[in-house]
Amino acid sequence: MHTNTHLGPEYNALTDEEKRQHRIEIREVVLRPLKHTGLPGKLWIAFLLLIFFIGCYAYYLQLKNGLKVTAMRDYASWGLYISNFVFFVAISLVGALISSVLRLTNFDWYRPITRIAEIIAVSAIVFAGLIIIVDMGRPDRVLNLFVHGRIQSPIVWDVIVVSTYLATSLLFLYFPLLPGIALCRDKLTEKPKWQRWMYKTLALGWNGSHEQWKIMKRSIGIICILIIPLAISIHTVTAWLFATTLRPGWDSTNFGPYFVAGAFQAGTAAVIIAMFVFRKAYSLQKYLTEVHFNQMGKLLVFLCVIYAYFNLNEYLVPAYKMRGAEGKLLNDLFTGHYAPLYWSVQLFGMALPAVLLLWKKARKPLPIAIIALFVVVAAWFKRYLIVTPIMLHPYTPIQSVPANWAVYFPSWIELAIVSASLAGVLLIITIFSKLFPIISVWETLENEGIELEEMDNPKEETEKI
Amino acid sequence: MENTNNMNNDRRKFLKFGLLAGGATLAGLGIQKALRADTIPESGKKVKLMTADGKLVEVDSNHMKHHIAEGSVTNAEARIGIEGKKLVMVIDLARCANARKCVEGCQKMHHKRAPVEWIKVKKMQDTNDSAPYWMAQPCFHCDNPPCTKVCPVDATFKRQDGVVLIDNERCIGCRFCMAACPYNARVFNWGDKWGEASDSTAAGCASPDNCSHNSIETSLQDKMGTVSKCDFCVDMVRAKKLPDCVTNCPNGTLFFGDANEDIVTNGEDTFRLSELIKDRAGYRYLEELGTEPRVYYLPPVERNFPFEEDKVPHNTSE
Repeated sequence: MHTNTHLGPEYNALTDEEKRQHRIEIREVVLRPLKHTGLPGKLWIAFLLLIFFIGCYAYYLQLKNGLKVTAMRDYASWGLYISNFVFFVAISLVGALISSVLRLTNFDWYRPITRIAEIIAVSAIVFAGLIIIVDMGRPDRVLNLFVHGRIQSPIVWDVIVVSTYLATSLLFLYFPLLPGIALCRDKLTEKPKWQRWMYKTLALGWNGSHEQWKIMKRSIGIICILIIPLAISIHTVTAWLFATTLRPGWDSTNFGPYFVAGAFQAGTAAVIIAMFVFRKAYSLQKYLTEVHFNQMGKLLVFLCVIYAYFNLNEYLVPAYKMRGAEGKLLNDLFTGHYAPLYWSVQLFGMALPAVLLLWKKARKPLPIAIIALFVVVAAWFKRYLIVTPIMLHPYTPIQSVPANWAVYFPSWIELAIVSASLAGVLLIITIFSKLFPIISVWETLENEGIELEEMDNPKEETEKI
Repeated sequence: MENTNNMNNDRRKFLKFGLLAGGATLAGLGIQKALRADTIPESGKKVKLMTADGKLVEVDSNHMKHHIAEGSVTNAEARIGIEGKKLVMVIDLARCANARKCVEGCQKMHHKRAPVEWIKVKKMQDTNDSAPYWMAQPCFHCDNPPCTKVCPVDATFKRQDGVVLIDNERCIGCRFCMAACPYNARVFNWGDKWGEASDSTAAGCASPDNCSHNSIETSLQDKMGTVSKCDFCVDMVRAKKLPDCVTNCPNGTLFFGDANEDIVTNGEDTFRLSELIKDRAGYRYLEELGTEPRVYYLPPVERNFPFEEDKVPHNTSE
């Protein structure tokens, strides 16, 4: 790794002393949030735990009484859990986009945010798996998927690709983290015993030798390539859960790319929010700079435009034909019962962000974080609109069933469990950021033209000389 | 003499059972051991029997009686189906007057109550200007079933006799089959004893053994958190009886039969299936979806009854 393609312009401008200074400073900054947690941080974790435990209680009630405690019934037989699952899978794709696509396409500015993107990916995919188990009528029989699994079922494809993606994402989070864990091991000596033990074990004896750097960078290079088809697979297969059925509104060949495009857009917005929060909470202004927000803003515009293109294909082409049951569904989305939600989602989650972010001022940290928040919330509701209205617009008329079966509004149990899953994702991210550096020191320094690999090996260097 | 006849009958049935359930792999000793484990007291009277693989075994006569059950079909057999049959249904829309007796008969037969209806009667109107009609809608037991394709654990499957069944002991409750069925023929057991009739006695079963025996075919084994649906009453078919929706209809709307024999009947009138479809312009609902239903409809022309709106709404509460 001695190519100079990624080196910043100021590389030659820095003296050795300045580089050393940079290194000491960034290490102090990234370790500061790990050393102590302030009152706001504690309150935040307590709040997330509270939401999480309320959800656990709701799930206990659901296990005890069955899925009748939800608002789902024979027509709306999939509801909030499934749309939340799709949302989590969508968010998780950003790990591959930021850490891999940008890396392979020789962009440099992304480097300080790779870890944020990866931990979002890992925590979202963990809860995607959990929420699917929550949706099952018989979670006690989940092992049947392995005992009696049939390869022709898209659910089995999903189980395979989601678990593979989780494993790969974990490695993608772990490998670049090795120097960071070693840093924790060496510097955080006052931490409790279990934590010191954890750092020591996870660091895998990292000492920063050239050999270790070589292995680590090569491994990252391999995963970098592996993860792209995997990421596209998980969301394409998730789209196929719907597209392989005959239901009007799902029976679409556009669904795979449409889902992937929406996933990149929603995930990028999620990373922007996380960047903003970490920047403020952990005082990372020097490393998560306005340049990063500016670049992420441009990326988000690009992704919104692509997503809009797939939306046009998904809605406008069938709307031109207005065929049968699908026509009824589209009318209900455009002008009927779902119209307020549908147009809010399309406007605030896609059209307005794409336009607003064209202005440089909107790409400043605070405005873009607000816009990104709209995108993420809209993305969540968009998945709801992809699942529920279609279930309630079947070919056969909904008749001879209790009146509440023809509508769907989630019960408190569903809302509590889904809130708990969202809180769980935030909890994983928060706890992770309290145990490990949330920005990658070596990648950030590399971006500034400082090779940590060389600096950590002064002895070897002098020997070479 | 009578006793010997009974004995012969019993013997024949036992041998049949042995053939069906035990298969050629069951050794004679195995059967004996299994029977000994039963709780029924022994009479002390032993009967010599020949097993399917030609071995002579001795069993207690009391135990033999216990196993007289044509309906006691193993899960492996229930997955294959009734040999030589291709079950089919024809619904004559000209005869349907929305009496809803098929719904009631089905519920009684399967110990169900509202809100569970495995067969529904729906008001259909193809266009704004065309005349409305009533349409009974069971599971169509499609030959290209979208539901069985998507099942991740093979809990729902297509049989040789055309029937689509569900194994409630295997179903994981993901409800993908419900999303995949374009006709919404499937129902979910949202809670414990969901839609289960309170008088879960043996009455209404094709044979009492069916009710005690936990078989895929009897569909009496619905479990919380699993999917169920119309099963074409295959246990009734094995007992050489018509499904209850067919026999319960006062207007003879529903015809049931075997496409291999090219015959359908509503219990009173019997037709050649091919001729009936040809003469009465039979069709299948939403043919364009390509699911190949095994239920045909005869168009509502020259109706026996004028169309009347429902006076009271049905199935209104859980």
